[in-house]
Amino acid sequence: MARARDESSPLFAGNAAGTLRLIVYLALAMVLMVLDHRNGWLWRLRDTASAVVEPVYRLAGLPAVGVRTMSVAFADRQRLTEQNQRLREDLLLANAKLNRMAAVAEQNQRLKELLDTQHSLDLNVQLARVIGVDLGAYRYQLTLNMGARDGVRPGQPVIDAHGVMGQVKEVLPTTSVVMLITDPAHAIPVVVERTGLRTVAYGSRDGDELALPTIPLAADVRVGDKLLTSGLGGRFPPGFPVGDVRSVAPAPTGMFLVALAKPAADIDRSEDVLLLHDQAEPDGPPAPVKPMGPPSQLAPGASVGAPAAAGEVKP
Amino acid sequence: MSRQRLSQWWFAGTLVFALLSMLVPLPGVLEPFKPYWPALFLLYWSLESEDRVTLGLAFMIGLGADLLNGVVLGEQALRLCALVFIALRFRSRLRFFPMWQQALAVLALLLNDRILLLLVRLLAGASLPPASWWISPFVGAALWPFLFLLLDDLRARLRIQ
Repeated sequence: MARARDESSPLFAGNAAGTLRLIVYLALAMVLMVLDHRNGWLWRLRDTASAVVEPVYRLAGLPAVGVRTMSVAFADRQRLTEQNQRLREDLLLANAKLNRMAAVAEQNQRLKELLDTQHSLDLNVQLARVIGVDLGAYRYQLTLNMGARDGVRPGQPVIDAHGVMGQVKEVLPTTSVVMLITDPAHAIPVVVERTGLRTVAYGSRDGDELALPTIPLAADVRVGDKLLTSGLGGRFPPGFPVGDVRSVAPAPTGMFLVALAKPAADIDRSEDVLLLHDQAEPDGPPAPVKPMGPPSQLAPGASVGAPAAAGEVKP
Repeated sequence: MSRQRLSQWWFAGTLVFALLSMLVPLPGVLEPFKPYWPALFLLYWSLESEDRVTLGLAFMIGLGADLLNGVVLGEQALRLCALVFIALRFRSRLRFFPMWQQALAVLALLLNDRILLLLVRLLAGASLPPASWWISPFVGAALWPFLFLLLDDLRARLRIQ
């Protein structure tokens, strides 16, 4: 019955043709996916089409902005007063702490100059706003309203008032996408503040926790320990809060301890974030030194004195 | 003539609206409940006016969606093509289903879509999504009757095809 109708309608004139077309389109899509996975076309295409894509992002971000504005407009006076009071107290406290720290920081600076290191406590940051856009990768990404035109580069660390949020992953002319530290594909080198134990914190599947799967069994890690960036790897500067340990248990394999931590930053509630401009000095092992030798044109035996100077012993 | 143009604009407008609503985020708790809007709107149009929805259109919309919020180029093109193909193949039956059966069919289509997405993501090397990721098709199916009636009603009011 239905089949007879199918065949009479023009679109189903040839079912085989329809299926063939489906196969062609599916194959085309798969080829595109493989090519894109290999070459990263999507971001280049987005970059090319940024004149169209970015306004669409701003447009899609409008409802979130609207909700924010409405919540301010309709918030009752008392709540705003309370919030104001709380913020003022926070500011007072922070200022007091800063004043106390100023002397210490200065002393630190002097000592560091004596030691001839270049670590600095000054932050060179840029304030960016989060655009409320869902970029489809579960919940592990954030879109910011600053891009290449504002000097944002891939790899820049992103922090908020409480801790590290992630790093810039892709940059369009006036927007950029941040990979959060809770992304399962993300790893950040951390140090346990209390004991100085260094380990790596990975994102987790649920998107709101950090997992530390490789803590030695004998290590002393307790619930409530604070995790700071260790600065190893040179991507994140050392000393920023990353999270608090929530639970510690032996791994199923019995070879490590596994700790779960809650990110210190307000991963899903931040509206304003800071982009760090100075990338950390690479603190890890030095880059492999290029093998030095005499220039190739005088290598095999043109001169006698030069190779000895370069420290090479010729047979 | 102008009525026809209006109906073209209405058709394109709903699809653009679907792409935009795909980008609009929900507050954190509700995030897994967000239905896949482009699929729902494309389904509506493939049931209601089959001559306008073709595999080529689904492919182009999918590419557009990928450009806006994809992880891999071609992923949503693949999903929407498969979805529209099945919907068009069973169109004459789906159209005359009572609403609850239609919603169940939509649920099956959306679940199939999620499985395709999961396959693509796993092949691309992503990790398994959390369990709440499977809620979205059910929300989409639950919203289907309302979306269908709303769009039908709007179309009747605007007196367009």
